[in-house]
Amino acid sequence: MPPRMPIESGVPDPFQYMHPIMVRNYGAWKHHERPRPGVLCHTSKNGEQIWTIRAGTQRQMDVYTIRKLCDIADQYAEGYVRFTIRSNIEFMVSQESKVAPLIDKLTQEGFPVGGTGPSVSMIAHTQGWLHCDIPGTDASGVVKALMDELYEEFIREDMPNRVHITTSCCQINCGGQGDIAINIQHTKPPKINHDLVANVCERPSVVARCPVAAIRPALVNGKPSLEVDEKKCICCGACYPPCPPMQINDPEHSKLAIWVGGNHSNARSKPSFQKLVAAGIPNNPPRWPEAAAIVKKILRVYKEDARDWERLSDWVARIGWPRFFELTELPFTKFHIDNWRGARRSLNASTHIRF
Amino acid sequence: MSKPLHNTPMLDQLEGGPWPSFITGIKRLATDEGKSYQPMMIDLLGQLEHSYQTRKGYWKGGTIGVIGYGGGVIPRFSEVASQFPASKEFHTLRIQPPAGMHYNTALIRQLCDVWEKHGSGLIAFHGQSGDIMFQGTTSDNVQSAFDELNEMGFDLGGAGPAVRTGMSCVGAARCEQSCANEQKVLRTLVNNFLDDMHRPALPYKFKFKVSGCPNDCMNSIERADMAIIGTWRDDMKVDQAEVKTFVSKKSRKYVIDNVISRCPTHALSLNDDDSLAVDNRNCVRCMHCINVMTKALSVGDDKGITVLMGGKRTLKIGDLMGTVIIPFMKLETQADYDRLRGIAEATIEFFAENALEHERTGEMIERIGLVNFLEGIGVDVDPNMISEPRQCSYVRTDTWDEEAEKWFTRKAEQQAAAT
Ligand code: SF4
Ligand code: SF4
Repeated sequence: MPPRMPIESGVPDPFQYMHPIMVRNYGAWKHHERPRPGVLCHTSKNGEQIWTIRAGTQRQMDVYTIRKLCDIADQYAEGYVRFTIRSNIEFMVSQESKVAPLIDKLTQEGFPVGGTGPSVSMIAHTQGWLHCDIPGTDASGVVKALMDELYEEFIREDMPNRVHITTSCCQINCGGQGDIAINIQHTKPPKINHDLVANVCERPSVVARCPVAAIRPALVNGKPSLEVDEKKCICCGACYPPCPPMQINDPEHSKLAIWVGGNHSNARSKPSFQKLVAAGIPNNPPRWPEAAAIVKKILRVYKEDARDWERLSDWVARIGWPRFFELTELPFTKFHIDNWRGARRSLNASTHIRF
Repeated sequence: MSKPLHNTPMLDQLEGGPWPSFITGIKRLATDEGKSYQPMMIDLLGQLEHSYQTRKGYWKGGTIGVIGYGGGVIPRFSEVASQFPASKEFHTLRIQPPAGMHYNTALIRQLCDVWEKHGSGLIAFHGQSGDIMFQGTTSDNVQSAFDELNEMGFDLGGAGPAVRTGMSCVGAARCEQSCANEQKVLRTLVNNFLDDMHRPALPYKFKFKVSGCPNDCMNSIERADMAIIGTWRDDMKVDQAEVKTFVSKKSRKYVIDNVISRCPTHALSLNDDDSLAVDNRNCVRCMHCINVMTKALSVGDDKGITVLMGGKRTLKIGDLMGTVIIPFMKLETQADYDRLRGIAEATIEFFAENALEHERTGEMIERIGLVNFLEGIGVDVDPNMISEPRQCSYVRTDTWDEEAEKWFTRKAEQQAAAT
């Protein structure tokens, strides 16, 4: 028998799985309100309404958890759900009377209802030790530990504006930009297993991968291998994925760094990338208390000092970086001053100084 | 009786606390008597605990795929299989979700059944790539799992140097700010490049992301090689009665502090009678005022999209935002969609031919200059593509007159087309 060939169907048509009210009013929505944290109410131009109840999940779920969510959707909602980009699940219902019982049931089953408006939503994250081939930490674990601590901020809406947090297990930063990002930051050059390099790595492409041209081909113990100019190396780990014998992860020296002010929305200011504020934080499983303490401190200060609707980046733009470091009590070091290409853009070429 | 669970003192500490625990979920699978995945999940927990204890990962890649495709499965082989043999293979299938991530429970239950039968019982909704991640199966089961999902209407996503799985926001399905038919844009683009997705042969990855408005909920400017963002050209809509209600409910000061003075281009003014004046020619469609006054303000009627290209994270030259390539185009007729598809085709073709190995579109543009890229894909220069003109005089301008002539000709053509 010839082998079965794939049906190259691509992205499935969503209408077959969409709540009928959403199908009927596709492209015809008028406005929305947030009657309480975790709930959205959209009204269409045709006068129809739909209530959305948003709940947090652990993202990678066992089939029992997923089926429990389906049971809840069938019994308390209308059998239609969707997921947000931050792995929150949304239940859509056509009647307001269904909202409260659904919230009660979700809460009772351990799914926090929230993540809407000016709250701290679920942390967007990468995979980590459970599945990735290059991870320096376990983003899933960091997220669980942090969301336990930020639970109240998820189920309430009392931040100045929404807060998106991300975590990433390596400097490739698959978790993406965030108001606050917790990422691995290596501090030592790769340790090379010279016996394996020739067999495992395509040496020219590894050489090409290094952003600072620190890698060169070399003969080590008579075998073709690679060597790293450790003075040049910025410990980015870019060489590790194409060449696993160049081990960058280090139980002691792979640290966490915290970045703030990433914002993809165009609202008010143009989108911005996150900036380094703290590094050298221990990668300390299973609950990463040192990283959690810094994140909570930043959130506390932001909540106290920012004005309504200011994202973290808007707030810092108003108060200035010196004040940010003063308020958060984080040390300002030489590492905060950029020296990568285009860095002059980030220097203060004016006498604009707050006293 | 199954083999005993490994001791997991560190993972156990991730079971307490109010947030749902992925460890509790994995343990549920590891204690699922008689299920084919049980031994795998027992050893998976063992290996994960080992990672927590030693602060290192123990997975390596390899080559595993399905017949007919060159990518889409993430192979994982354990480096500590001698200690944890049952999870020595733990491959992931990236499966593309319905656009906008809509599901009904019947579908989700079916997905669970497939993964209970062929995999680990662990599914992530969704990975950062935008795929449903069916996490963990053996080399032998990859094909059978895929076949069943594929028969249900689901296809593998992208991995490696390929067109990747895209994402589109909920958009028109449930958001009044939507200016585009997001799911149609996503399906038009991604489904046109399935060959480039399933048979990775590009210099590096290429991602499409689609957001219905400049709030850019899909993070497309920062994360997509080609970002499509809905916008509008005519005046925003103002319901003055709702403006007045909002002002009386929230106070003048609140409106001035949180709406008027936050407009980046000072395009708003609160009139003495508490109605709102909008300078639409200077509104840059940032969305702020519309986000705050959801009932009073809304997007205009003459909708279309802005296309930005070149967004990506650090590797290798540093973070790059996508930049404007098409300031505005309508997206209504089939011809409009064909034009968008043509732009994507020209871009990917140019990328395939001109990017260096492992270079993203943004890095290529940085290396060759935006103008060379625009000429390559046949797009004319436009002042909306820049924040400001060049500051440096190091440029040859000997063909200035010809270039100026092109601009005037184009302007004349546009004017003729408009009348
Ligand atoms: S860690 Fe980064 S800088 Fe160091 S050798 Fe590898 S690629 Fe180059
Ligand atoms: S959408 Fe933004 S730029 Fe336009 S008027 Fe409102 S605040 Fe100003």
